[in-house]
Amino acid sequence: MNKLSSLIKIKVLILLFVIIFTGCARKGVNGTFIQIKGSDTEVNLVQRLAEEFMKEHQVYIAVTGGGSGTGIASLINKQTDIANSSRAMKDEEINLAKDNDVNPIAIVVALDGLALIVHESLPVKSLTLDEIGKIYRGEINNWEEVGGSDLEISMYGRQSNSGTYIYFRDNVLKGDYSPKVRRMNGTSQILEAVRRDKAGIGYVGIGYIIDDQGDVKSGINSLKIAEDENSPAISPLEPENVVSGLYSIVRPLYQYTDGLPEGNLLIFILFELSDRGQEIVVMEGYYPVSSAYMEMNEKLGIKGNEFEKN
Amino acid sequence: MNLKKIKEKAIYVFFFLTGILAVIILLGIFLMLLINGLQAFKDVKLLDFFFGTVWNPSAYGESSYGILSMVVSTFMVTLGAMMIAVPLGIGTAAYIAEIANQRVGDVLRSIIGILAGIPSVVIGFIGIVLVGPFIAKVFNLSSGLNALNGSILLAVMSLPTIISISEGAIRKIPKDFKIASYALGANRWTTLIRVTIPAAFSGIIVSIMLGIGRAIGETMTVLMATGNAPAMPHSFFDSVSTMTATIAIEMGEVPYGTTHYYALFAVGAVLFIVSLGVNLIAELVTAKYQGRRT
Repeated sequence: MNKLSSLIKIKVLILLFVIIFTGCARKGVNGTFIQIKGSDTEVNLVQRLAEEFMKEHQVYIAVTGGGSGTGIASLINKQTDIANSSRAMKDEEINLAKDNDVNPIAIVVALDGLALIVHESLPVKSLTLDEIGKIYRGEINNWEEVGGSDLEISMYGRQSNSGTYIYFRDNVLKGDYSPKVRRMNGTSQILEAVRRDKAGIGYVGIGYIIDDQGDVKSGINSLKIAEDENSPAISPLEPENVVSGLYSIVRPLYQYTDGLPEGNLLIFILFELSDRGQEIVVMEGYYPVSSAYMEMNEKLGIKGNEFEKN
Repeated sequence: MNLKKIKEKAIYVFFFLTGILAVIILLGIFLMLLINGLQAFKDVKLLDFFFGTVWNPSAYGESSYGILSMVVSTFMVTLGAMMIAVPLGIGTAAYIAEIANQRVGDVLRSIIGILAGIPSVVIGFIGIVLVGPFIAKVFNLSSGLNALNGSILLAVMSLPTIISISEGAIRKIPKDFKIASYALGANRWTTLIRVTIPAAFSGIIVSIMLGIGRAIGETMTVLMATGNAPAMPHSFFDSVSTMTATIAIEMGEVPYGTTHYYALFAVGAVLFIVSLGVNLIAELVTAKYQGRRT
């Protein structure tokens, strides 16, 4: 009797394994299971979008984080249907994908603005992009040089495996970070550190610095950013500044697929780009896809307003 | 009779295998680090690796793989930790072994045991919210995420090791030593400082070495509390990034098979050799002093 039941147990186990492993395998674009991996910046947002989508569609979507690099690596290894990435794929990654018979297609699903934050007691209220670059490259070391008091600047940034780290380096620094930049584990750690550091400066997603009432969180100030000395300093706190592109530090949040999306995969992406999808994007503290990026998506034949037709 | 023999043989083989297993695992780890690590030197010059001060594998321009800054950082944080933990640890050990009565000693011992069980992430958290702001206030710095913070936390983490092994060593000193000292007219303090502790020296050195091993290898705490700036540190108030923290941060997302990937293994191999060296010194000290006493 005992032996029999243990035999059954083993069989059940084997069955479970089979189910789990076939579940993990990609069922192709027409399957009812969609695997999404990648950016930690996007994971909560895409999770919310997936939950809304699953309410009305017979599709199961699994969303996991791990970082943009992880997502892209999974796409290259054909282990995910969609790779979330808060940065564009590098040329070498695209080549690696092509070698592996994967054809990455980039779709922009939302925009994310990066705010520069400083301690609330700091008299500096605005900086130019050039000044920010100089500070993080280590060329400006003292707040005195940009209109503050005599205090050594203490810089906070993300760790090198973060998409935000790369985006900020390539688009704002256009050079290497000073080795004195403290590499923090996550966005909330940067926020906490700057709140405690009267000479601190850090970059965080705009969604992180606004509380439930829509005000800036206590202890920090968000800097206004000017394109150059002659341009006006723009606050990221007005959503229209970010969407219109007036505010400079805005990055697209990508989703990469292998080849043009079809079937359920396409329907899900169309849902993300539809008015309802973009409403969720705003609710989660990000910004809707701007018309320029919408055009880029449409060139691929992906039009958010076509969602309802499906 | 025969069955007994077989049983004995089986037990012998079993313990032999478990003994050998540790050796195999150790060798396996070392070989893996070495084989992977050596591949980094296809692209990185040996001198640049060991004496370069800039570690910037994901650079905007050209990548650099110099580990000197993080090696200095690791040693600095460890040295600071030992400067705090050694006097405190030996003092506590001497108190528990020689001065405290049975009940106080037992209570202290179990509390120190609990201290050893605190997860490193909790200690790191304390470093961020408590020790960091405290250091910033006392020394009038803008931020307390620096080498000193790491040293204080690592001191707390290596204390249990130092205390328990030192205490054992002090307790093992034969009563005759003390009786002879008292007979010569020495008081309790002089006996402790001039006779008991020097006699237990080898054990204390071993405890310090194991404490150093604990501190060098600790990852999570330093990752959270030292600020993680890869610059060459100039004082204990600078933010530092240790070897362990660098590996922990970068291993997660480094593309497989790249120079960066192999370079991280090379850093791991350096770390391994350093801790091996520390353990070896402990062994040598034990051997030498035991040799002299007998």
